[in-house]
Amino acid sequence: MKIKKSTGERIFDTFNILFFFTFSLATFYPFWHEVCISFSDKVNALRGGIFLWPRGFNVEAYKLVLSSQYLITAFTNSLFITVLGVIISVMLGAGVAYLVSKKHLPGHKFLNMFIIISIIFNGGIIPTYLIVKGTGLVDSLWALIVLAACTPFNVVIMKNFFQNLPSSLEESALMDGASPLLIFFRIVLPLSKPVLATVSIWVAVSQWNDYMRGLIYLTDRSNYILPVLIRDIINGQSDVAGQEVMSESSTETVKAATIIIALVPILMVYPFLQKHFTKGIMLGAVKG
Amino acid sequence: MNDAFIKKHSIAVHKKPSAFVKNLKKYGWYYAIGLPGLLILFTYRYLPMGGLVIAFKDYHVNKGIWGSEWVGLKWFEMLFINGDFAAAFTNTLIISMLKLLFYFPVPIILALLMNELANRYYRRVVQTIIYLPHFISWAILAGIIFTLLSPQMGILGLFGIKESPLLDGGSFRWLLVFSEVWKDSGWGTIIYLAAISSIDPSLYEAATIDGASRFQRVLYITLPCIAGTFIVLLILKMGHILNAGFNQVYMLYNPNVMNVADILDTYIFRIGISNGRFSLATAGGLFKSVIGLIMVLMTNRLAKIFDSDAGII
Repeated sequence: MKIKKSTGERIFDTFNILFFFTFSLATFYPFWHEVCISFSDKVNALRGGIFLWPRGFNVEAYKLVLSSQYLITAFTNSLFITVLGVIISVMLGAGVAYLVSKKHLPGHKFLNMFIIISIIFNGGIIPTYLIVKGTGLVDSLWALIVLAACTPFNVVIMKNFFQNLPSSLEESALMDGASPLLIFFRIVLPLSKPVLATVSIWVAVSQWNDYMRGLIYLTDRSNYILPVLIRDIINGQSDVAGQEVMSESSTETVKAATIIIALVPILMVYPFLQKHFTKGIMLGAVKG
Repeated sequence: MNDAFIKKHSIAVHKKPSAFVKNLKKYGWYYAIGLPGLLILFTYRYLPMGGLVIAFKDYHVNKGIWGSEWVGLKWFEMLFINGDFAAAFTNTLIISMLKLLFYFPVPIILALLMNELANRYYRRVVQTIIYLPHFISWAILAGIIFTLLSPQMGILGLFGIKESPLLDGGSFRWLLVFSEVWKDSGWGTIIYLAAISSIDPSLYEAATIDGASRFQRVLYITLPCIAGTFIVLLILKMGHILNAGFNQVYMLYNPNVMNVADILDTYIFRIGISNGRFSLATAGGLFKSVIGLIMVLMTNRLAKIFDSDAGII
């Protein structure tokens, strides 16, 4: 059924399309501005205004940034806490979620409260710092991994998913004498791929973008993660490649190049992120 | 089947093990699967709650949490006398309220308008662009904002603005609101789009046959159908009113705007981590956590009135 649109509707549609064109452009332009600065020569970058294209195209800034040992180290560190963080967080979290999903177990109510309380109340940054220090993890990348190793909110999301799985599969496996451990790894986890993917991505994004914990727990330069290094570079507290280059050109173009390089990994996985985040929000957002 | 086997098992049956042992045998594996995660939770979520006692002690590194002396409410008194803490509290509320008023409604408006985009392909492109900033850390976004708003490299020169709004106390809070819109309003539409897509299409068909215009259909069908989602999200958001956005503020603020930008989280972070005044910072953190907890419990209760599935508790 096709209904002819009135003039008013057509005007609205046109404005609506233009509105989203403008909104998208406004969202995207700041990124493009940064790209243009990073490829421009120093003098032209400082002229400012709207950039449609780099002025005085050159890649000097990128050469400088990519030759920096610090950036590579920070990149590797961020990758380390993200990959290990995801694996450990999802495995441990799913384990707790599986335990809590069994309503008939003795202590179920207690465990449920144990999870909920840790969502709505926490000790705050200083007491957490003291405990991490007490376990000997200050200035270790592992601090950032253990702190993400079991996120109670994600446990609740996974628990809800496990509880909605058909119970007949598990029951018949139990009847055949399979242990819960075997059932967990061979039946429950494979059936839960959608929620595991979603939670993995939540953890990955928060680990990759985490700044506060990096700032608190990592003080040694060799332990810096990417957001902390970027912040230092932007603030001019660090030059990119060492000391001597600062005077030459560790200026705006180099900062811009650093930012663009830090953006690349996110852009590479973005189509994947978008797909699974969108699914995930149905699992969690309304409930949470 | 040999005799020994029968004997062994008949004994097991007759012995009647205690309920605890029986449960452990039956369910032991389940607890074993959950145990590593529970240990981590206990260590890094619950032990710090115990560490909150240093808010009532004079914490010294070499005396440890338990060895330090009790000082009662000394740190709380110090906080409440101190103007910086009160200022941070006020700033937190003001910034949160500004975001609630001027950021929070944006995603619902965007979602309603986006739903009217007829061309699916165009819509997909728009979504891909406006979701993007959500995935990028404030460290990077702040860098981009600094460039864009810098008097030399940025676009403000076009409007004849000579000084960066980042350095101006009058505009800084608005900058927080706008940059939040930039980062998250596109992403925020998803939940409303999901709510819209779950509306029964027969409602629209019936309305169309009855002669309702497109605008009327939005006003009388779409809006009422997603109002519940909006209200629940709004209430839950109010529970987090003391979280005005640590990362965002910490990345963007500077000494010039400290008096309007310093929020509880940044204040606590500075006195605790930067100045090393652990007990004072913990007192501030405890104050915030307790009020935050009360807010969350109240708003969850309230949200349940509107939607029994809402909230986590």
